[in-house]
This record gives sequence, C-alpha cells and structure tokens, in this order.
Amino acid sequence: MILIWLIAILLVGGAAAWVVGRWSTAASRWIALAATIADFVITLIIWLRHYGQLSIVTQGNWLEQLDWDWIPRFGIHFHLALDGLSLLLLMLTFFLGIVSVLVSWAEIQNAVGFFHLNLLWVLAGIAGVFLALDLFLFYFAWELMLVPMYFLIALWGHERRQYASVKFFIFTQLSGLLMLIAILALYFTHHTATGVYTFEYEQLLSTPLSSTAAWWIMLGFFVAFAVKLPAVPLHTWLPDAHTEAPTAGSVVLAGLLLKTGAYGLLRFVVPLFPGAAHQFAPIAMILAVVGILYGGVLAFGQTDFKRLVAYTSVSHLGFVLLGIFAWNELALQGAAVTMIAHGISTGALFVIAGLLQDRMHTRDMSRMSGLWSTMPRLSGAALFFALGSLGLPGLGDFVGEFLVLLGTYRVSRVLTILATIGVLVATFYALRLVQRAFHGANVHEWHLPDLVKREVLILAPMIIVLLWLGLYPLPVLSTFKPTMRSLQQYASRPIVEAK
Amino acid sequence: MNGTDAIALLPLIVVAGVSVLVMLATAVGRSHAFTLGLTLAGLAAAFRCTWLASSVEPRPVTALLIIDNYSLFYFRLLIAAVFAVAILTYDYLSKRDLHREELYILLLVATVGAMVLVSSSHFASFFLGLETLSISLYAMIAYLRMSRPLEAGIKYLVLAAASAAFLLFGMALVYAELGTMEFARMAQMLQGIRNDTLLIAGMALIITGIGFKLAVVPFHLWTPDVYEGAPVPVTAFIATVSKGAMFALLLRYFYSAGAIAERHIVLVFTIVAIGSMIAGNLLALLQDNVKRILAYSSIAHMGYLLVAFLVGGQFAVEAVTFYLVAYFVTTVGAFGVISVMSTPNGEPEQMEDYRGLFWQRPALAGVFTAMLLSLAGIPATAGFIGKFYIVAAGASSARWALIIILVVSSVIGLFYYLRLVAMMYATPDTKPTTTAPPATSMGRIVLAALTGLLLWLGIYPNPVLHMIQNVFPK
Repeated sequence: MILIWLIAILLVGGAAAWVVGRWSTAASRWIALAATIADFVITLIIWLRHYGQLSIVTQGNWLEQLDWDWIPRFGIHFHLALDGLSLLLLMLTFFLGIVSVLVSWAEIQNAVGFFHLNLLWVLAGIAGVFLALDLFLFYFAWELMLVPMYFLIALWGHERRQYASVKFFIFTQLSGLLMLIAILALYFTHHTATGVYTFEYEQLLSTPLSSTAAWWIMLGFFVAFAVKLPAVPLHTWLPDAHTEAPTAGSVVLAGLLLKTGAYGLLRFVVPLFPGAAHQFAPIAMILAVVGILYGGVLAFGQTDFKRLVAYTSVSHLGFVLLGIFAWNELALQGAAVTMIAHGISTGALFVIAGLLQDRMHTRDMSRMSGLWSTMPRLSGAALFFALGSLGLPGLGDFVGEFLVLLGTYRVSRVLTILATIGVLVATFYALRLVQRAFHGANVHEWHLPDLVKREVLILAPMIIVLLWLGLYPLPVLSTFKPTMRSLQQYASRPIVEAK
Repeated sequence: MNGTDAIALLPLIVVAGVSVLVMLATAVGRSHAFTLGLTLAGLAAAFRCTWLASSVEPRPVTALLIIDNYSLFYFRLLIAAVFAVAILTYDYLSKRDLHREELYILLLVATVGAMVLVSSSHFASFFLGLETLSISLYAMIAYLRMSRPLEAGIKYLVLAAASAAFLLFGMALVYAELGTMEFARMAQMLQGIRNDTLLIAGMALIITGIGFKLAVVPFHLWTPDVYEGAPVPVTAFIATVSKGAMFALLLRYFYSAGAIAERHIVLVFTIVAIGSMIAGNLLALLQDNVKRILAYSSIAHMGYLLVAFLVGGQFAVEAVTFYLVAYFVTTVGAFGVISVMSTPNGEPEQMEDYRGLFWQRPALAGVFTAMLLSLAGIPATAGFIGKFYIVAAGASSARWALIIILVVSSVIGLFYYLRLVAMMYATPDTKPTTTAPPATSMGRIVLAALTGLLLWLGIYPNPVLHMIQNVFPK
C-alpha cells in the first residue's frame, strides 16, 4: 500500500499546489516542498527498515508490492513493486525533486502553481516508471511523464523553448510508440504460447520466442530506451531540451528522465530477451563507447554552460549503457552507481548553471571569466561538481565508472581502453569549464552576490551525498546487489525457443 | 409489425416523434429555451427507451431494420452525442439573432437518419437512412445563410448527391448479380462466388459512396471546406454522428454480408486506410485554421479506424466501437470549445485566436488541451485507450506494416496538436485576444462533463469495455 502513497502524494500535492497557487505562490511552493520531502522520508524509512534483510532477498521477492486488477479485459494489472534498484532510484527521484522545488523558489515567478503541478506530476510519472511491473502500466507512466515535462520546457524554458520542447516530445513519443508495438507483440506472442493474456513482467519473462521475434521485439524496446538514455545517434533532442529547460526541468531531465532509459534496459531489455540482448551486446557497447567519446568531445567544444553540461550527460550515460551490456556483476553495479552519481553531480551542475543565469542572464562562457573573485562559494561548489563529473577518486562518479571499466575489461579490452580515453576527455572539458568560467581575471567586471542560504541548502546535501557515494559506497552497492543477482538469474536462464 | 416490433423501434419512434413535436411547437410560438428543453427531453426519453428495446433484442423488424445490441449501443452513443450537440447549439445560437428553432428539427431528423443507418440490414434502409441524414445536413450546414456556410452547403449538396448516385448504382449492380438486398442473405449468396466482375464493380461503387461520407482519402476533398463553413455545432455533428453512424454501417455491412473476406476489398481498404492516415496528418500540418486542422485530423482518425476494421472479428468490432466512443467525446469536446468561444461576429478559427488563451481562460484552455492530447492519443485520456485498442487489434493479427504507418503518421499528427497547445500557452500579446462572451453555464457543464468522461475513459475504461463486450452485429 505504501507504494501507491508515493505516487498519490505527488499527484495530490501537485493538484493542491496548482489550486493554492491562485492565491498564494508561497503556499504553492511549500506544498510542493512538503510533498517531495514526505516522499523522500517514506523511501528513506523503507530503506532503513529493509536494510538488514536486503541480502536475503531472493529472485522475485520484492521489498514492497501492490497488485490490483486494472483493466481485466486485457489482463492489465496495476502492479507496483519495489526492489533495491527501484528503491535507490526513487530516493534519487525525490531527492532531486526537493532540489528542483528549492531551485525554482526564486527562478520561477509566473504561473507558479501550474509549474509545481507539472513538476510534481513529472516526478509521479518517473516514480511510476521505476515501480511498474505491468508492462502496460509501465508504458502508461512512461508516456505520462512526457506531457508535464513538455509543459515545463515549453512554458518556463529559455529562448528556443518551443523548438526544444516539440523536438523532445516527438522523439520520445515516436520511440515510445515503437515500444508499445513491441510490448503488444510480446503480449500476443505470450498468448499464443500459453493462452494467457497478460502484461505481467514476471510472467512475460518466460515467454518462448523465436530468435527473430526476440530480436525485433528487443529492438523495439531498445530504441525507446536508447532515445531516453540517450545513446548516439538518438541523442539529438537532449542538448536542446536540457539547454532550453528551466533549471528544475534540466535537473529532472538529466538527473531522472535519462535514468528511466537506463532502468528500462536493465529491468526489461536484457532479462526479457537474454538471447537477443547477448547478440546485440557488441553493437550496444560500441554505441556506448562512441557516445562516451563523442559526448565528451562535443562537450569540450561548447561555449554555452548548459549545453556543455548536457553533452557530458551523453558521455556519462554511455558508461551506463556500456555497463549494462557488459552484463556482469561488477559492470552492472557500476552502471547503477553511475546512474545515481550522475544524477547528483550533473543535477548540481545544472543548478549552478541556473544560479549563474539568474545572476548574469547569460549562459555564454565567453562572457564569464574570473567569477571566483566575486562568488567564491559558488565557484568552489562548481569546481567540486566538475571534479565529480571528471571522475575524481573519492567522489561518486569515480566509483561507478571505475566499476564499469573493471567489468567491461572482462568482456572487451579494446572497448575498455577506448572508454578510458573518455575519462580523459572528461578531464579536459570539466577543467576547461572551471577555467573559462571561474578562473582568470574578472575581465567583464562582474559584481555578483554569492550563494544565499537557500542555495547553500541545495548544494550542501548534494556535496555530502556525492562524497558519501565516493568514499563509502557499500550501503548503495549492497542494496543493488540482490537486484543485480536476480536480474542476472533471469538473463542467464535457459532460453526457450519457440517452434 | 406487432407490439414487440414497436418496442424494438421505440427509440427511433421517439426521436422521430419529437422532431414532429418540435415542428408543431415552433408553428405555435417560438421559444428557444422551450425548443431546447423539448429536444433534450425527447432525446433523454429515447435514450431510456433503448433499454426497453434491449429486452426484445435481437429483433429483425421487417427485412429493413435489425435491433440488436450493436444497434442499441450505437443508438445510445448517437443520442448522447446529439444531446451534447443540442446544448452547444443552444449556446451558439443564443449569441446570434435569427430564427433558431428550425435547427433543432433538422438535428432530430438527421439523428433519425443516423439511427436508421446503424440499424439497417438492407440496401433500402441503408439508402433511406443515408439520405435522411444528408438532406438534413444540407440545410444545417447552410443554416446561417451567409456566404461561407452557403458555399459549404452547396458543396456538400453537390458532392453528396453525386456520391449517392454512385452508391445507388453500386447497389443496383450487386442486386442484379445476387438478387437480394438483405445483408444476411448476401452472405449466403456470396459463398463460392469469386472474382465476379459485376459484383466487384458494385462493391467498388458502394465503397465510393461510403468513403465520401466518411471522408477518407481519396474522397476527402469536401471535408475542410464544409468543416470550415458550417456552424461549429453542426461541424461537430458531421464529425461525430454522421461519420460514426456511417462507420457503424460499414462494419455491419461488410461483416455480416461477408464481403470483408474478399481479397480486392481488403486491398482497397488497406490503400484507403494508409492514404487517409498519411494524407490527413500531412495536410493538417499545412493549416492555420483550427477547424480545417480538425477536419484533416478527422480524416486521419478515420484511417486509424479502418486499420481496426481490416482486422475483422470480435476484437475489431470492440476496437472500432471503443475508438468511436472516445472519438465522439473528444471531437464534440474540441468543437465545443470553439463553439463556446465564438462571438456574434464569428468563430475563433485562426490559430492566432488561441494565443495565450491559458492565461485568460485557464479552464477553457485546459479542456481544449485535454481534447487535443486525447486526439493525439496521450495516456490518461480516452484517445489513448482507443489507440491502444486499435494497435492491439492490428498486432493480434500481425498487421505490422499498417500499425507502423499508424504510429508514424500519428507522430506527425503530434506536430499540429502541439502547435495548437503551444499557442494556447504562449505569452499573450498586448492586445486582448479573446473578446468572447463568457460561456453560458450550460456550455460549461457540457464541456466539464465531456472532460470528465474523457479522463474516466482514459483511466478506468472497464465499464465501457464491459458494455462493448457483447456488441457485435448480428
């Protein structure tokens, strides 16, 4: 039952924030903040309560679960379930949710109520994606998070918001519909084989598929997730959407929406189609490495602060893709840790971009220089997260990427070496960012206010979490472990070939 | 015709009777509100009578009509749609100074025509229903007697008459070959007949006639002009009642006469479906007029429906029926917004008229957004479950090519829906953009009810799914 609350609090909170926003914008903000904090606390309690027994969780044994009939005509269930992977991603969701509300406190000044409605409903959709175990419900949540996200970009975004929002919507919608076709193909194949109409994840796992069918259906899923992830060459919506979105929108996009793609690959593509995924792995891993290098190089070439950070996402998520398709425990753990760490560090960089834009009304780095002298605290925080992004040992990103590289080494040395070059490229773009924006002489003679209390309150927890992930990742790793084990069991089961 | 037949026909009789009553009442004295009240009461009574009639279903009444669950379900759908359209008409006509009452008579007569269509089991009733519907529509389209509505009315008159001629010729050829005009007997006669030229020619002509009414490619050319020229509530009527009834008949005719199995017919409908989906969506991209956009989008939607139609069988009937329910709700809602926003001087037709609507009238913009998202098939709206049903129907018989075309073309459709949505949420110009009088409370109630229905169907469609389980043309 607790799972429905996680979603309901956001939906109801969003509606309440909208209604109240007509009279008081401050009340609207406080409601949104309260809703996200409530959800975060709930997930934290779930984590603490189950922490002791995490290691004994076995296959198909969920921490929390909820299963209602929804549309019996098609065998559709309202089935939510939580395991270690979903739990940590949900915590990330609500953590970044709190950050998004706080960061919009001063930035968003028009239609405040409607803004929070959209923000909380995006989060609700994302929570639905991380929890759904019925493929129809998954698709429902997957599509539902698009509409509020579209509004976030289209209404509160920057100069080219129309273009960016429509591009974002079209890309994700088309790929989503391909996934719908794939889901239906799987559904009817399952029915032909077993006589049961069901969208249940655990039942579909055992669908016998001919290798051609598995290949095509897998591809349908893969494209949908690869667009969200994003994997090169399906990434072109990302720099536009991330750059044009308001700060909260960028944080949610980079921190969470991209993770839904990775989550889908991890939860659905490989376990549902182990054979086809195995065949496809070399292609996916090459795409991943191309993404790592290409994203890094493009990031290096940007002059727009947000666009630079956006391209680093392409690069970092390449590591996630690499880890998932390397498919051994080290690599999978690495991919999962990268998902969390990237959410925090890139989210924080977008927050900093937002703070700069608020103060300077530009994102152009050629107009920034020597900001350290006028905003030492903000610049220090930026340096910290840039170091996180380049994979400095001791911070979360390092742990994730290191594990991915270790895991990939067992599968392909060439790709590992190339991916390691990607880490090097990260050093270039991250340091260049710091150097151009914050170091040097303050030639434009900026006099800007440093971080205020609210902004410190946003960034300090992010710094702490990133340090914690880097220095003591064990709790996170051991929470992921049972999920990774059971996913591997699914994926390594004997493949039933359809006649 | 005995008592049982009368009970079975009661919904039809009531609607026809009310149209006469409204006419008589208008002859005695004009009162807009009273006319509306009488119309609504009659429709409500007819709606109620469908349950009476369902106690005797399935019941063939003469060779012409059959009252089965299928007819009754569509009766309810049509009556409910006309109910909403009538209220929108009241809202629309109240702002204008002219004789208003006759439109309700035409509306009711057209409804009778549509009801005959969905229950017909014979060429004669097919044609009678169609003509009753069409002839009322000529007058309804041109009702405002201004240049554009008149132009639209004439255009519709000429093309509808021509297509009726095609239809009649087709029926004659089929009759000449089979010697029967009853759908059920045709099915028996068709057994064993293959590649009969006259029969195929007859079918082709019938498809032409039907295709015109449905406005599918290549018979779609009248649609944007008529949609644009007709008063908005009438446009809503054409888009829903007229096309929906025709589609219901198409389903019954081709399924119960067994013609769907014919290879050539499948091919023709496949081409028509693909053409409608692609052309409808592409042409809508080029428009700046909201009514024309909705016209082209309706062409595409008919194409989607044909995809399900081609699958055949129980699943297809369910998919088509559910999609039509969702489409009715959505389309009446979308035109309802335009109708509510119209002024005595005109209708808000251009995209620009909607600029910044959200900032001035958030509720209205919210309703329109919901309707457009439903047309685009976004989850939590009725349109999503409808589209899901159709894609599922296609997938169940492995028509991948058609489904992929459906998906791609509906993504093209997203462009213009989003354009309109973006327009409503854009920052308003300095000049006040909407000078429309506030909606009457009745118009508001209809829109609110339709939006509620839209979300309900999108989130918890079970009751309707349950209802359409046993809807299959006998």
